[in-house]
Amino acid sequence: MAEPLLSLRGVTKIYGPVHANSGVDLDVEPGAIHAILGENGAGKSTLMKLIYGVDTPDEGDIYWRGERFEVTSPAAARKLGVGMVFQHFSLFETLTVVENVSLLVPGSKRELTSRIKQLGTEFGLEVDPLAYVHALSVGERQRVEIIRCLLADPKLLILDEPTSVLPPQSVELLFDTLRRLAATGVSILFISHKLEEIRSICTHATILRGGKVTGNVTPKDFDAHQLATMMIGRNMPDPAPAKEVEKGPLLLDVAHVSLPSEDPFGVSLEDVSLEVRGGEILGIAGVSGNGQSELAAVISGETMLPRAADGRLSMMGTDVRTMGPAARRGFGFAFVPEDRLGQGAVPQLSLTKNSILTAHSKGMVARGMIRGGRATEFTRTCIADNDVRTPGASAEAGSLSGGNLQKFIIGRELMLEPKLLFLNQPTWGVDIGAATAIRKRLIELRNAGCAILVISEELEELFELSDHMQVLHDGRLSGRFKTSETEPEDIGRAMIGAEEAAQ
Amino acid sequence: MTTFALPKLVRREKASLPILVAAPFVALLAAALSNLVLYAAIGVDPFAVFYAMLIEPFTSYFSFSEVLLKAGPLLLIAQGLAIGFRAKVFNIGAEGQFVLGAIFASAIPVYYPMASGAWLWPSMLILGTLGGLLWASITAFWRVRLNANEILVSLMLSFVALQLLNYLLLGPWKDPAGFNFPQSVMFPFDALLPTLLPGTRVNISLLIALAVAVAAWFFTQRSFAGYRLEVGGLAPNAARYAGFSQNGAIWISLLIGGAAAGLAGAAEVSGPVGQLQRSISTGYGYAAIIVAYLGGLHPIGIVFSAFLMATLYIGGDNAMVSAGLPIAAVNVFQGSLLLAYLVAITFVRRRLVWPQKATTEMVAQP
Amino acid sequence: MIAIEFILAGMLAAATPFLLAALGELVAERSGVLNLGVEGMMALGAAIAFITVYTGGGHVPAFIAGGICAMILSLFFAFATIGLHANQVATGLAVGILGLGLSAYFGKPFESFTVTGIDKIAIPGLAELPLVGGLFYQDIVVWLSLLFTVALWYVLTKTKLGLLLKAVGENPHAAESIGYPVRLIRVGAVAFGGFMAGVAGAYASTVYTPLWADGMIAGRGWIAVALVVFGTWMVGRVFLGALLFGAVSLGGIAVQTVGLAIPSQLLTSLPYIVTIVVLGVISSNRRLLRLNGIASLGEPYEK
Repeated sequence: MAEPLLSLRGVTKIYGPVHANSGVDLDVEPGAIHAILGENGAGKSTLMKLIYGVDTPDEGDIYWRGERFEVTSPAAARKLGVGMVFQHFSLFETLTVVENVSLLVPGSKRELTSRIKQLGTEFGLEVDPLAYVHALSVGERQRVEIIRCLLADPKLLILDEPTSVLPPQSVELLFDTLRRLAATGVSILFISHKLEEIRSICTHATILRGGKVTGNVTPKDFDAHQLATMMIGRNMPDPAPAKEVEKGPLLLDVAHVSLPSEDPFGVSLEDVSLEVRGGEILGIAGVSGNGQSELAAVISGETMLPRAADGRLSMMGTDVRTMGPAARRGFGFAFVPEDRLGQGAVPQLSLTKNSILTAHSKGMVARGMIRGGRATEFTRTCIADNDVRTPGASAEAGSLSGGNLQKFIIGRELMLEPKLLFLNQPTWGVDIGAATAIRKRLIELRNAGCAILVISEELEELFELSDHMQVLHDGRLSGRFKTSETEPEDIGRAMIGAEEAAQ
Repeated sequence: MTTFALPKLVRREKASLPILVAAPFVALLAAALSNLVLYAAIGVDPFAVFYAMLIEPFTSYFSFSEVLLKAGPLLLIAQGLAIGFRAKVFNIGAEGQFVLGAIFASAIPVYYPMASGAWLWPSMLILGTLGGLLWASITAFWRVRLNANEILVSLMLSFVALQLLNYLLLGPWKDPAGFNFPQSVMFPFDALLPTLLPGTRVNISLLIALAVAVAAWFFTQRSFAGYRLEVGGLAPNAARYAGFSQNGAIWISLLIGGAAAGLAGAAEVSGPVGQLQRSISTGYGYAAIIVAYLGGLHPIGIVFSAFLMATLYIGGDNAMVSAGLPIAAVNVFQGSLLLAYLVAITFVRRRLVWPQKATTEMVAQP
Repeated sequence: MIAIEFILAGMLAAATPFLLAALGELVAERSGVLNLGVEGMMALGAAIAFITVYTGGGHVPAFIAGGICAMILSLFFAFATIGLHANQVATGLAVGILGLGLSAYFGKPFESFTVTGIDKIAIPGLAELPLVGGLFYQDIVVWLSLLFTVALWYVLTKTKLGLLLKAVGENPHAAESIGYPVRLIRVGAVAFGGFMAGVAGAYASTVYTPLWADGMIAGRGWIAVALVVFGTWMVGRVFLGALLFGAVSLGGIAVQTVGLAIPSQLLTSLPYIVTIVVLGVISSNRRLLRLNGIASLGEPYEK
């Protein structure tokens, strides 16, 4: 066996009360495609931060080609030959591709331009070197990140959840690139929680659970179910069967809504139409950055439509085009936003004060004054009914873990007893336990006659939850797909805008 | 490889209340020490200054009453500003709003110098409040409609307000019998605020300021409107999500700040000054910014910081007379106090962690 | 005609304090830091430079001393905001108040004293032209400021340093993740801004109006901050803005030479009113501000 390129021995990192990594051992061989597998919160990102020098371990050692190194900064890691492709890219939107590259790679602009083109053909990473990054699609941005890393001639390339931003077709392209790279001797650390992908591309896998290594395997020797069991430490919960229920009245009716983006870096919505009835879950699929946040703002009322705008936007039969979020809530609408800290909740305020944010109409305000008792009572109920793990109602929202805060926010919105519920990325960054609980709640709610609209990047989640799906691509919404009669590939084609499929 | 060991700032799980309370005192101590060094540097006896600034104001009935007199406008303006600052609406043009309050209030006695009656001073206060409010509404309009930075606009308007005051005092409002001095007529008796403490200049505006403090407490701590402003300041996206109007928050913040400053300006001309003069603008509007921050933007904290700042004003005057300190020393002290305080409160939500181990040796893998 | 000639001749010199302070602030803001203490830093630079010249130190040491003292003040700001994540707006105000106080404190013994300015240099041939000739008869600092403006434009738009500054201002987390020391770069940018504010103040108190009076900066530092917004963070536009304010600040005197009966207070207010109006016009173009704006401006950077 060749000497490992990178070895970790007993690496431990503690943040406050959390052991993000404890005693992690890892060996990465030259030319290997090595998966780090684990669910949200298992410590994958922390481990990568330690390897890339963003943070330093509290205990344990990192060896590079057999020699011990203190990786104190990303600059030091890059000097060793470590490159990293971040999940949320570290690109500069107001600069061009070649300018972005030049910040990391020495050389004149002309030189870099030709090298970018050359690398593009060599590894299937075509991108216009002179384009501004804000004008690129998410997939193209990922290519730029990879190119930027490759130009620095890395020995080890770390990719953090690289496929989460890609439609299924592009995933194959990326894998092809990675295989070609590995063949040239570059080691690849591939962080993911998607089991099938890991089985198809990785030569090794290290499984993390609760910050500890629970397995070192060759992924091809196991099936997805076995890997999942290693990853979460018990059997995968079965999704609740989505039995058909009788459709209720039309509760959300959006027809031919267009909204040009005021933000030059934003996406304009064009001729968007969708309908959600009681007892139905409609899923909106699509790669992020295709107008999800704009669509969410239009439906929630954070962005109101101009009075003279064409199209229809009604909730519970009432035209709400020019109404704000508070007015829409008055009709029985509730909304769980994408950004938990800073949008769904105010991090510096207590949970009680965060209850007032959307639930103030539940008797928490009288003659302009806040009735603290009511708010506390509401919050305690919400914490108890939704299994929110927190010291109490007076805890600051910012001190809760992502999953617990999401349970609190969803719980708060459900206590508004909505007829129409809208969720944007409901389980993003939430651990499997909480995610399963959330999905179960949503299906129960649908069975009870609530109309639910879900925007999600996770196709699997949408297939599990929704009765119908529509796909958002470049600000346009596809026609309706009936989930039970649709394959992921159909959705995938719509995600890259290949076809405007309907019914 | 040697590692360079700087302490790291780490977020606390929860805001630290003890540090929040201790911060102003630590800042006061730090500012006092550094300023005493500065006084010694120009050959002024630091202990004489210390005595004159912090002790002397409390050694006589009269000088203590002067502290109370100064505290009134500072308290009023700072309460108004703090409401805006909590909502991250930075009205730093209180000086101009104060001047406009003084001008509006003076309009009655200037145009009706013989007026009398119990209605006189209350209507002047109301008119002054309106003046400050209107001046601040320009800033609010510019911010809401034109997206212009309220810091710059409100500040520029203060410079303009000062020129407006100069124009009036040198031109149309100049006292014809005033030997060409840039000041208005002396106000009639009924235009003056009733005195609170006999034998001093302390008047009922102090009571008004304390009442405003109580109202501010209810507004910020208990009212739904105050809650909406607080959310807007802490997390604008959460306010948008909840459906709290951001434009509304800007209007409310600036109008409250302007009204409070205008009221303070009116109380100044109808109180200790008794006429409209250039010297009514002595930087209360800027000092109140410091008062607001030093009080932790909390209505109760502001009551204390207003008295502290008033003490520094009176003490600074004393130090000028008794210790020969330049009056600008008060501004230096104010600036360093605010700076020290802003540094101190960063530790409410963060703490320093010193690196535990600094291993420098390089070990080969066994 | 005389008024136009007068404005053309004096515009560049009047614009220089605005220009130098605004370009310094532009660099700080491009790195993502909003330092509102420009007025105080300018005042401190002005006082120190004046004292240096008055006590026989000469103009070159005066500019350096003024610049360095203002820079030290800006480093207090940098320590609080970049080192400890203090609120940038409030800290900027504190530094401004402190700088104004210090300038009055140190300047007190020199109140109303005057010093000799520096000689003007004529560009042969051009300076004799009718009407516009005055434009080409300026002191050395004005000429150097013009060169500096071009140099800064080159550095910010054509070099890697400029690219890096823009990158740090747009997305400090990304800049750190690809290995750049974000805080160090920001401290450097703030210190540069402080130095330039001090030099701008030095020019105001020892060359443009070579006398010391408490409060002589009179809001020019604040206008410089506004100029950065007017110029949408671009050197060329900031330069044009500074020229405009140079001309406006001379407008008062020019109008009086023509003999129009306008209250002097209105003329004194003119730069402030123009600032308010222009700020409204530029800011209402939200798209322009978003395109050219600094994404992380005013936000504390925490890992």
